[in-house]
Amino acid sequence: MPRLTMVQAIRDALCVALRTDPHVLVLGEDVGKNGGVFRATEGLWEEFGDNRVIDTPLSEAGIVGTSIGLAVSGFKPVAEIQFLSFIYPGFEQVVAHCARLRTRTQSAFPNSLVIRAPYGGGIRAPELHCDSTESLFVHIPGLKVVTPSTPSDAKGLLLAAIQDPDPVIYLEPMKLYRSVKEEVPEGWYEVPIGEAKKVREGEDVTLIAWGAMVPIAVQAADAWIKEGVTCDIIDLRSLYPLDEETIVESVKKTGRVIIVHEAPKTAGLGAEIAAFIQEEAFLYLEAPVARVTGYDVPVPMFALEDAFRPDIHRISRAIHQVISY
Amino acid sequence: MFNQWESEWVQYITPEGEITPTGEKVWDEKSTEEKLRFYRWMTFIRLFDRKMVVLQRQGRIGTYAPLEGQEAAQVGSALALKQEDWVFPSYRDHGVAMIVGMPLTQIILYWAGRVEGCKPPEGVRIMPPAVPIATQIPHAVGAAWGSKLRKENSVAVAYFGDGATSEGDFHEACNFAGVFQLPAILFCQNNGYAISVPFTRQSASKTVAQKASAYNFPGICVDGNDVLAVFEVMKQAVERARQGEGPTLIEAVTYRKGAHTTADDATRYRPFDEVEEWINKRDPLIRYITLLKNEGLLTEQEERDWEENAKQKIEQAVKEAEAIPPKPSTHLFAHVYAKLPPALEKQKEELLKKEGTYHA
Repeated sequence: MPRLTMVQAIRDALCVALRTDPHVLVLGEDVGKNGGVFRATEGLWEEFGDNRVIDTPLSEAGIVGTSIGLAVSGFKPVAEIQFLSFIYPGFEQVVAHCARLRTRTQSAFPNSLVIRAPYGGGIRAPELHCDSTESLFVHIPGLKVVTPSTPSDAKGLLLAAIQDPDPVIYLEPMKLYRSVKEEVPEGWYEVPIGEAKKVREGEDVTLIAWGAMVPIAVQAADAWIKEGVTCDIIDLRSLYPLDEETIVESVKKTGRVIIVHEAPKTAGLGAEIAAFIQEEAFLYLEAPVARVTGYDVPVPMFALEDAFRPDIHRISRAIHQVISY
Repeated sequence: MFNQWESEWVQYITPEGEITPTGEKVWDEKSTEEKLRFYRWMTFIRLFDRKMVVLQRQGRIGTYAPLEGQEAAQVGSALALKQEDWVFPSYRDHGVAMIVGMPLTQIILYWAGRVEGCKPPEGVRIMPPAVPIATQIPHAVGAAWGSKLRKENSVAVAYFGDGATSEGDFHEACNFAGVFQLPAILFCQNNGYAISVPFTRQSASKTVAQKASAYNFPGICVDGNDVLAVFEVMKQAVERARQGEGPTLIEAVTYRKGAHTTADDATRYRPFDEVEEWINKRDPLIRYITLLKNEGLLTEQEERDWEENAKQKIEQAVKEAEAIPPKPSTHLFAHVYAKLPPALEKQKEELLKKEGTYHA
């Protein structure tokens, strides 16, 4: 098996999909000749040509809107939005049409499309490149939202998203694009949407994270092992639908939960998960559900990025807080 | 407010119902059946529209967007399409919808607030009315792109109004259509007003059609109340698209005789004289009936017969639509995802339980 970074695994998934399914199209800004600003589409234009890997005008509503038309006519567009923070011109297309097209046509037309977008901070990117706005999409019925934290999940989740009959927002944590390499299976395989992954088995605390927060949660938890505290760590992978079973099972075991996300606290996905946990496992809780999140401030320019993003220390403090409650 | 267009537009039938010199050849080439077909559809659509306004006033449907005055633009353009073509309408295009094969019962259900009315029959390529403005234009361009990539013959039409041309989506869609040379028709019914705001406040452009030059494809202005001219202009645009010659922007200059919707009062913002002129002197149907009668193609009796026939069909459709049993409340969950996620299954069960407990 080849050892790939996440961005290479994403490229591999796109390549496998383009080879396997003639309906798959890759389109977006700079995805063709340039191979994508992060090289996620490197070499695809050369292999598949102008009609499969398409450089579009700089036009988010145009990219999402025409992708909807392509999907309705039977294609499976995989649209790239260069940074999630730039999706807003296309947001109306996502919310008003893409998400509700199945309902509005009563399933008369296909609507299988994937919107890929790099997101999140930690790479000292310029202003307005680093938002974590996953909850905006999770809140919209009709969409599925996924985000990987490892190269092999990145490939499997992307292929599952391409195969899915419903629109999928596929979020790529920029911080993890090249942070690790791992063995990634060749060919077509899928990581099922809606299934979380247990990253660590533990007894005392449940840590729930996704995307770039997963490795930070792991580091924080590992530091507590010598204190005799072990964490169950769940990488959600699917933000909608949530793997409720895995969450509830873990909470019933540990009774203590910390949710970690990069997005601002208020109405972040952590709030939904906390509410869901108290609905399903209230009597098992030994401490209030804790959240370690970005602050409710505009995502800062990078000089203050580290103060904004959850880190090992904040998670560690939260672990202390829930075990000593 | 008409001068800027009159110097530019294609017109074959004058408001007085006379064929213009340039229109003579086009008119002569049409069979009697074709000529009557324009009349029959325009009459049918007008009677349907009036019935819908009545149904709204009676509380039998919800807020409705009347189209009276725009029949020629819709009939002329829709009749130039073929079964395999894609249509992406706005909310005032039910005339187009019924011509391309959307059953009347579906249209009535839609305006009665029932989502099932959105679904076209198998093989009819029309989307539900786009409610946000201009958002359907990129969809049409995308579908046109699909046709081109598949090397199919079909074209895609976006229907929208003058207000839509101020939206970013109009620009982005035109731009894609031009860059990729797509078989798309961008059909603007310029009825002069976006609710209350006149075209002069939408754009400093003299016409909508001229905007096409920025995208380097043809923009054609047509008298939108002249069914023959609209049909010919549309036919040529469709032909160009099928031949791989790219998109066309058509501006059909027309007038909505009534209000924006049944919830709007158009007397607040439109001068009385202007409305009177459009209703009494520029009506698309009256001018066409005048022409047919002058040509000896339509008698008073045939007119009455056709109106009677249309009314019966419309009444029948209303009856049928109202007899279709309402969907159960669980239909809320029916077409959200291909397969319902577990959390939604739970919500569906919750709804069922609630109904069990509190059912009247």
